[in-house]
Amino acid sequence: MLIKRTKSWRLSENDVTPEAVYLDRRRFMTGAGALVGAAALVGTGALQAATDRSLKTLPHAKTAFDPGETPTPYDAVTNYNNFYEFGTGKGDPSENAWRLQVAPWSVRVDGMVDKPGTYALEDLIDYNALEERIYRLRCVEAWSMVIPWIGVPLSSVLKKYGPQSGAKYVAFETLADKDQMPGVKSFFNVLDWPYREGLRMDEAMNELAFLAVGLYGKELPNQNGAPIRLVVPWKYGFKSIKSIVRIHFTDTEPKTSWNVSAPKEYGFYSNVNPTVNHPRWSQASERRIGEFGKRKTLMFNGYEEQVAHMYDGMDLKRYY
Amino acid sequence: MQIVSVQNLRRFGKPIVFAACLIPFAWLAFNWWQAFAGQPHDLGFNPNETSNRFSGDWALRFLLISLALTPFSRILKSPKPILFRRMLGLFAYFYVCTHILSYLWLDLLWDWAGLWADIVKRVYITVGMTAFVLLTPMAITSTKGMIKRLGAKRWQRLHKLVYIIAPLAVIHFFMMRKGFQLEPLVYGAIYLGLMAFRLKGRRRS
Repeated sequence: MLIKRTKSWRLSENDVTPEAVYLDRRRFMTGAGALVGAAALVGTGALQAATDRSLKTLPHAKTAFDPGETPTPYDAVTNYNNFYEFGTGKGDPSENAWRLQVAPWSVRVDGMVDKPGTYALEDLIDYNALEERIYRLRCVEAWSMVIPWIGVPLSSVLKKYGPQSGAKYVAFETLADKDQMPGVKSFFNVLDWPYREGLRMDEAMNELAFLAVGLYGKELPNQNGAPIRLVVPWKYGFKSIKSIVRIHFTDTEPKTSWNVSAPKEYGFYSNVNPTVNHPRWSQASERRIGEFGKRKTLMFNGYEEQVAHMYDGMDLKRYY
Repeated sequence: MQIVSVQNLRRFGKPIVFAACLIPFAWLAFNWWQAFAGQPHDLGFNPNETSNRFSGDWALRFLLISLALTPFSRILKSPKPILFRRMLGLFAYFYVCTHILSYLWLDLLWDWAGLWADIVKRVYITVGMTAFVLLTPMAITSTKGMIKRLGAKRWQRLHKLVYIIAPLAVIHFFMMRKGFQLEPLVYGAIYLGLMAFRLKGRRRS
């Protein structure tokens, strides 16, 4: 099983099924002959392509947010993912996420906000204001990447809808659709869907908090959280919620999925912190994907200067 | 003459099973060779993780397969599967050693202090290491000479350790996964199934 899956990662550009054929295949597979189609295609080796729809190039401005480290290759960024709605294996999202329908996409904005409503993605994001930010991403599982995201500051979007003064937190939800997500359909639920995340208002308004709609200059591939996802580079990766369908303003600390699932292991804050270990493993070092050795993990993932002030006087061992 | 005679199983069956048991190791070794040489390999984007999991999976599988041979021989009403029990048990130990080597060398980069910290602090590693320590005397006493030296009764009692080792291995696997995942539970269910079969058989006899 493993051998087969890794083989699919090794497909070169030449192996990628031409788009027209691919789209045709999808139409075919969603039809009555789905099972037969799958059986027939498994043998061809062309079943899984890293990217299943044509990803539009996104015009964007370069910014100063660049750690000056080598970005993780596109192949790794798009084939080594945690997106449990599509399966718990690292290769599952790139295999299964083609089912996700990303257009049309809308996001419900509600709670303590002046202009609640359901907004189309194009209303939410100003596609003329896109910028690129190269951020480190540190997974709670002690591996890391460097990813050039395309998007807009989270604060610019939140402000549009007029958060009320009583709103102290922003909560986010991922799509949870059984028809599109095999991990949600599965009789065995690893997490309580929909996937939920949240930030304190000052964290959400921090200049680093980012809403990404693309990476490597193009739209987000489905497995990376298309069409819109959060990127909070000073927190463990699971805080950067994918495929967002709801943004909720509230005055109480929102429930977050991993915290609900294992409160002793995953806190609400989940700031990258080499001095606070996960109960089951050390967070002092990390493996950068593509490297054999290990790197020391940096406080707040190296973004101390921009974010440390928000946690002044807080016991980060208690509020992990 | 029977094709699947004890003699044929000894002469041909054992070497074939031996070679088959080496396939996962050969795959792992070949791919690490390729990875170190900077050549294309099938270990994925996090080779260390793949290697830890792959070796661990096979250690657990061989452990359960060796535990399944007694029930299997009872179903077949033939002692022939028992011919392979020692070999498969030793392969379980072999893959446990591969697993630990993968973790100690490729993951910890021979950081012995780190290893000790892990054993003391990380419960799933404590559990896994306990299973390894308990499995070691079983591997050492697997020879005919050792059986003789210990005496059949004491030897058997010692080898009942496997009934503790297997659940420890499953718990180790379960704890290592993030969240409540299905795969370790499947291994756990197989173990419980095998144990239930044994108990049922014992009550009857």
